[in-house]
Parts: sequence; C-alpha cells; structure tokens
Amino acid sequence: MSDVIEARLRVAYPGFSLDTELRLPGRGVTALFGASGSGKTTWLRCVAGLERGCRGVLQVGGETWQDDGRGLFVPAHRRPLGYVFQDARLFEHLDVRGNLLYGFKRVAAAQRRVGLEQAVELLGLGALLERRPAHLSGGERQRVGIARALLSAPRVLLMDEPLAALDHRRKQDILPYLERLHDELDIPVLYVSHAPDEVARLADHLVVLEAGRVIASGPLQDTLARLDLSLALDADAGVVVEGRAGAHDADYGLLRLELPGALHLKVAHDAMAPGRPLRCRVLARDVSLSLEEPRDTSILNRLPVRVVDEAPAEQPAHVLVRLDAAGTPLLARITRYSRDRLEVHPGKALWAQVKAVAVLA
Amino acid sequence: MPLSAADLTAIRLTLELATLTTLLLLLLGMPLAWWLARTRSRLKGVVGAVVALPLVLPPTVIGFYLLLSMGPNGAIGGLTQALGLGTLPFSFAGLVVGSLVYSLPFVVQPLQNAFEAVGDGPLEAAATLRASPWDRFFSVVLPLARPGVVTAAILGFAHTVGEFGVVLMIGGNIPGKTRVVSVQLFDHVEAMEYAQAHWLAGGMLLFSFLILLALYGRRQHRPRWS
Repeated sequence: MSDVIEARLRVAYPGFSLDTELRLPGRGVTALFGASGSGKTTWLRCVAGLERGCRGVLQVGGETWQDDGRGLFVPAHRRPLGYVFQDARLFEHLDVRGNLLYGFKRVAAAQRRVGLEQAVELLGLGALLERRPAHLSGGERQRVGIARALLSAPRVLLMDEPLAALDHRRKQDILPYLERLHDELDIPVLYVSHAPDEVARLADHLVVLEAGRVIASGPLQDTLARLDLSLALDADAGVVVEGRAGAHDADYGLLRLELPGALHLKVAHDAMAPGRPLRCRVLARDVSLSLEEPRDTSILNRLPVRVVDEAPAEQPAHVLVRLDAAGTPLLARITRYSRDRLEVHPGKALWAQVKAVAVLA
Repeated sequence: MPLSAADLTAIRLTLELATLTTLLLLLLGMPLAWWLARTRSRLKGVVGAVVALPLVLPPTVIGFYLLLSMGPNGAIGGLTQALGLGTLPFSFAGLVVGSLVYSLPFVVQPLQNAFEAVGDGPLEAAATLRASPWDRFFSVVLPLARPGVVTAAILGFAHTVGEFGVVLMIGGNIPGKTRVVSVQLFDHVEAMEYAQAHWLAGGMLLFSFLILLALYGRRQHRPRWS
C-alpha cells in the first residue's frame, strides 16, 4: 500500500489563490511553513474537506478523498483524520471526558488505535477529565484538543498552528507532548506553523508556502539550508543539526553531540543515553568563519567546513554562506567585507566557529 | 370562587392552544431557522422578511387573510375540504393554524439567532470527529443552542396566550372551542362585569410578568429575538 500523501489542490477566492502540487511522506511530521496569508491553513482545511471552494485531487495512503475529475468528494466526517484547531474548538457543553469520547464513540471499536487511558496519559489530562472547557487554560485546551483528535483513530493528524495562541511558557509545556506523539505513535502529522523554532524542533519534512504557491518541499535539514529559502526566514535563518548523544562532562555540564565525519559539538545539556538522536538548531548569525583553526577563543565549537555557495542576506552589508561540515549543512551570516577579506568562494576550506547551539529536544 | 366555569374553560382552552402551537412551532420552526441561519441563498432575505411579517402586521390583517384562505374558496380551505376535513374557520384547528402564523417569528428568530451564534467552529470540529450532518445537529448544535430553544418556546407560548385579533377574526367566540382568555375578558368588559374582568386581566398580567422574569432572570443568556 502506498504510504504517501499526494495532493494537487487549488482554491481561488477574490484576492487569494492557492495552487499546490505536493507529494508528502506518509510518516513523521511534515511542517507547512509560511507567513500568514500564504495559504497554509487553507491547504490544511482542503485536506480535511472543510474548504468548500477547494478543487483538485487528494490521495492519502492510497485512498482517494477527492478527485473532481471523477466527481469524487469524501465529506469531512468520512475522512479518517484528526484535526487540531488553532483555537482548540472544544465542545463547551461537554466536560473534558465528553470531548475526548466524542470522536472515540463514533469510530468502530475494531478501528480504534489509541485508548482513552493512553491518550489521557500521553497528554497529561488525568486531573482534568471532569472539568468544563471554560475552566481550562489555553495550554490545557490544546492538549484536550490533541487527545480528542487522536482518539478518533486518525490515519493522519492535521494540526493548524496548535501553539500559536499560547504564550512562550505554555508552548514549552506542550512541545514535549508533541514530541512524544512523534516518538510513540506512528501517525503522520501535517503541522502548519509560521514559527521557525517549532518547525525546527518538530518537523522531519518541510514545505514552504508563499502567496499560495509551494516554493520548497523536502527533508527538513536540506530545505532549511537552502539559501534561497533562508531569505524568507531572514533573521531566523539557520539549520537543524542532527547528531547522537555522546559522552557527558559532568564538571562543566557539557554533552558531546556526535556528528557525521567524526566531528562533534559540545552543548550545554544533561547527560543522555549515548547514541540517542538529538536535534539542535544553529542560527546563521551565530556562526563565524576564520582561515585558521582559532585556538585562543572562548568559543567552544569549531568545525572544519567547506564553502558550498553564498547568497545575499536580508541586510545589504551581509551575505549568507552555505557550508558543509563533513555532511552536516551549516549556514553562516558574515559581512560582505569579511567575505572579501577571507576570499570566500565555493570549495574553500575554512573553520566555522559556532557561538550558540540550541538543543531542540 | 372568583372565576366562573366559563372562565376556567377559557383558561384551559388557551393553555391547550398555546401548548400545541408551541410544540408545532418548535418542530416546524427548527428546520426553517436552521436554513435561515446557514443558507447563502438569495432567498434568505425574502424568507426572513416573510417570517417577520407577523411582528409588524395588525393581527386583524393576518386574521382577515387567514379567514379568506381557510374559507371554502381559499387555498387552505380547498385543501382541507379535499382531505375531507371541512373548513377551519370557527374551529380549534383553525385557531391553531392562525396561532402558528401569528407566533412564527417569536419562535423562529430566537432559534435562528441561537443557531447563528453556534457558528462554524464546533460544527467543523464535530465533522472532523466523524459526526454526520444530522449527528452534528443533535449532538452539538441543539445542546449549544439550548438557551435559544428555551427562549423560543417561552416567547411562542406567551405570545400565543396573548392572541386576540387573529382569534376574533378566524375563531369567533365559541365557548370551549375558540373562546380563549383574551376573548372571554373582552366579553366581561362588554357586559360591564369588571370584577370578573379584573381576575382574568390581573391573571394575564401576572402570567406575562412571570414569563418575562423567567426569560430575563436567567443568568448569562439574555434573549435576543429581534
């Protein structure tokens, strides 16, 4: 069976049009990234069958949900999906348990994949079951919304900016739950967001939308390191580095992050089981370049790199340089002045100093 | 006993009429209000205006046209005769039909407002949780619109109890069949029986006040029916 999501979807409204053709992996988290108005929520609503004006072809896991050429349209309630809305949209007349069981009761017992207890445990809802939605915090509402969607036995989980309405602390509360979903359940997730940090932390595959068009679609690391797209992220341009946990230096509280090519970074982190995958974010503005290996410096992380190519940055005095550290892509934002002084050109070997590494998981 | 047997008969008849009318209006008004709340049809304005007509028309105008159309040569009259039911004027059934028209906006408009207030959000959420359109209506819309349904029932009932002009036009004044409280009150006044009239009028006043108190006294939900 084909484990893939294929979508050719079009929407045309006065002043806005969406025209996309995407082939997405049927596993892991696919992030749809774009500014507000780029059409990412409309696209997600098309997949759910909620957008009246949507035309095209949609196949999920070998099942056709829409094919206007054949006059086929599966209504939303017959599509085995879960949808987490930005504003949770809990049923105010039901308590948390009633909300959780709403979809669960409507799925044949044989098709259920997640039990009530498992969902409650996964999202930490044990103490909330008798509460009314009106008495929940924003973060709690979102967790109930996610659990409610999971309990309806979705074959794909659609999440529309589930964290956008939350403040920073609540976001940090929920992100670990989303990571658990990713790690513990084998349900593909389509995750709409305009926040680069969420995308970097959660996504495996990245789709970038701009004004209703797909401008990139590919694995997260490759897509993030693309210079043409880094412009869209301007000050947040950066890459995600994936490695495995290594030895831990308890005295200094530093963990070795083993990278391909016998390279490593040292990051401020607690000890972890060696070999566990770990994801970090390195922003282009935190990477500087030098010709020699800098030794007498407070900057801990130095990697030998080779220049791949460069592109103008959002600020005319800067350029973005794409680097390759034995297979790990990096971006550096340096001044044009330094670029010329170091004679940066494709293929040149340099040392990259990494000033800050943000551990994502 | 200050109320005569005739008064009690009139009260019983009025309550029967109001109860039956309210139940029928909820049944018929629900789909109409749902359609008005959800449709994007151009007919929405026309239908909405027709539903609201009884709010502004003098009851005698409604009664006059109902009398004609339910009569032997009218459209409704032709239908009821063809069905072997005779004609409706000067019967309890005729009063029920008249009350349905007369109280229609008082039931449909609160229902429509309540349905509109539910909005797309919960409906879309329910759809993504496998609920069919009928299922969504009964499991999400009705519970969320419950305050509006209660308002509609109370207003429909109270407004039917207060009916006079329409009754006089199509029902006349037949004891036990069409003589409702308002008509009975009118008779007392005509006959200069002011003591009797006071009991009925005072009773109506108290009843109406209690109804409105029930409506406005409910916390959080203020009626929005017009």
